[in-house]
Amino acid sequence: MGKTTSNSSPPKPPEDREKPITGSDVFIEVLRQEGVELMFGYPGGVVLPLFDALFKSPIEFILSRHEQGATHMADAFARVTGKVGVVLVTSGPGACNTVTGLATAYMDSIPLVVITGQVKTPLIGNDAFQEADTTGITRPITKHNYIVKEPKDLPRIMHEAFHIARTGRPGPVVVDLPVDVSTTPMQADAARAELNLPGYRIRTEGHLRQIKRAADAINQAQRPVVYAGGGVILSDASEQLRAMVHQANLPITTTLLGLGCFDENDPLSLHMLGMHGTAYANFAIQECDLLVAIGARFDDRITGDVSHFAPHARIVHIDIDPSSISKNVKVDIPVVGDAKKILTEMIKYVEYGERKKWFAHIDQLKQTYPLTYDNSGDHIKPQYVIDEVGRQTKGRAIVCTGVGQHQMWTAQFYRFSLPRHFVTSGGLGTMGFGFPASIGAQLAHPDATVIDFDGDSSFSMTLNELPTAVENNLPVKVCVLNNGYMGMVRQWQELFYGKRYSKSYLQHPSFAKVAEAFGAVGLTATRKDEVTAIIEQMLAEKKCCIVDFHIEREENVWPMVAAGKGLHEMSGLPAGTSERV
Amino acid sequence: MRRTLSVLVQNQPGVLAHVAGMFAARGFNIDSLAVGRTEDPDLSRMTIVVLGDDATIEQVRKQLGKIIPVVKIYDFTGENLVQRDLMLIRVAAPPEKRPEIQSLIDMFRAKVVDIGPKFIMVEVTGPEQKIEAFIDMCRPYGVKDVVRTGMIAIPRHPKSSR
Repeated sequence: MGKTTSNSSPPKPPEDREKPITGSDVFIEVLRQEGVELMFGYPGGVVLPLFDALFKSPIEFILSRHEQGATHMADAFARVTGKVGVVLVTSGPGACNTVTGLATAYMDSIPLVVITGQVKTPLIGNDAFQEADTTGITRPITKHNYIVKEPKDLPRIMHEAFHIARTGRPGPVVVDLPVDVSTTPMQADAARAELNLPGYRIRTEGHLRQIKRAADAINQAQRPVVYAGGGVILSDASEQLRAMVHQANLPITTTLLGLGCFDENDPLSLHMLGMHGTAYANFAIQECDLLVAIGARFDDRITGDVSHFAPHARIVHIDIDPSSISKNVKVDIPVVGDAKKILTEMIKYVEYGERKKWFAHIDQLKQTYPLTYDNSGDHIKPQYVIDEVGRQTKGRAIVCTGVGQHQMWTAQFYRFSLPRHFVTSGGLGTMGFGFPASIGAQLAHPDATVIDFDGDSSFSMTLNELPTAVENNLPVKVCVLNNGYMGMVRQWQELFYGKRYSKSYLQHPSFAKVAEAFGAVGLTATRKDEVTAIIEQMLAEKKCCIVDFHIEREENVWPMVAAGKGLHEMSGLPAGTSERV
Repeated sequence: MRRTLSVLVQNQPGVLAHVAGMFAARGFNIDSLAVGRTEDPDLSRMTIVVLGDDATIEQVRKQLGKIIPVVKIYDFTGENLVQRDLMLIRVAAPPEKRPEIQSLIDMFRAKVVDIGPKFIMVEVTGPEQKIEAFIDMCRPYGVKDVVRTGMIAIPRHPKSSR
């Protein structure tokens, strides 16, 4: 990956005089010790000393065009690698622009360390130029945050930030760094420091008695379902999950963030559950006698009306965060700890159960309520584009999305088989996440095929990162599923607001021409018979490539559990199947 | 239901804001919150009186546990507690009423800490009911100011838990 293109190389600086070691050098050394090779961000006034220290550093720095983009890039980098994503931005507006990215990472438990510049300590609280109360602003959307008030605390705080971000239930950590701290002379060996976290104790080993109780419950269950979430991916427990599920013979559904933690082509897979999940997954949840939740948090998009959720089931909940247990749904058998360790242990106690009746019933549900769409017309159906990309990439691409209809269609119709291959904003639902995410994912895996399925409205929010993709020679592929609406807003207006499409209609530029103007490849598809060839062309392209698919404008996402309904009360089931089997 | 939590926290910038912010963000109700240093200069103790049912208090405890500088949480529910609130109260005290008020002060084992031509200031310590009762008894004379610390508490026979 080239760091710069030929025409943007800066002039060579004069030879460095001997400079004393400062907080900035210690900062860079801490990053090196923490294994940081790639980071993202945007410079500004109070971080100039840090950027000056970076100038000589081997750390690769990706300059975004907006701090939100940098934060999403680092987030995606973390999601596809499991490493901590690192961002460096300036004070005030720079810090404020990371807020959406921080909240996105926080909701999805993604490890980030975001370093924000701050005005010098004597000016803090004086409404100085580009001052904002960064720790105050980011406190509720970070796992933890710091302001470094004493230079001697800098190395300890930086190491603690990385430790907190990557351990336990991961999350973003902000370090607010006043400029006078980064210019303070320090000892060359100051970068090593002991952590001081007496209140931070992570329980990773599951309690053996609870693990055995959970295994007993599984062994006795007649109609069990496993419901796996993003925690399985965060804990790198896919292999253990696969082994446990096969050993016990359990049907399994995943959340949006859990997609890829279990091979969706496996006959045991019920695909995604929830508001836009498959009918067979949702019915199975409502009928099961045991629900085994692993690394999932019973979000309202999963449960629907929580009082009608899994009404016949005992609930096992495996989670590393004790506050997730019984937060939304009362849990019968909690197991607190790391999913990988718990599953490794649990495999020893679960037994194969044939459960003939239950699987026959599930097969019937799958046959009666398949995930399907009508592809008979002339227009391009969004599901067809996703199907076709899935076929041509053999389901092995790294897939990013924005938020909305296109995100749900991707979740429904791209068949994921590998963990850390689906990058989407689940908890916060951040429109505009997809494109910068695809940049971060491609930087992490330069040789992978990275696809961003995006909406026209989502893409419009962050297409300012096009030059970032182009200048770094990143061959990300953006499939804009363009219906000229904020599709999901329009769908809700159609269903619940009398088709009054209030402010959900957008006039877009030609995305292909926009791409070309930025030095990327731009393509447009308007007819169904163009789709296969244009996807082939897109996948063969070595440059960043934007394909504008003009799709059926008022296609809806089905099935759907309307807000406040139970999971079994789905609308949009295949014609003639409104009655339960 | 009112529950008393005693929370040991690291003495760090922003820790009070972190705890208070968590209560606000998650919609928990604080009845009182008292903070002070402990025998260890690195630690402070917060005594938090919370309103809520068992499930709410369980969440409060777990969410407090997630705050990084929170070192230990004690739930004093059901324990035999020594509870104290300190109040400074300024009461209207014209000379002809002073003997009456003085006898009230004696009954409550309170203490006069300042005296002026129209008002006296009284220091009262004790469990909350006693403090409330003293305020009620002073109302007929005219209560000018009330300042309270919020409750602090410690169990007589500690059985601690996180």
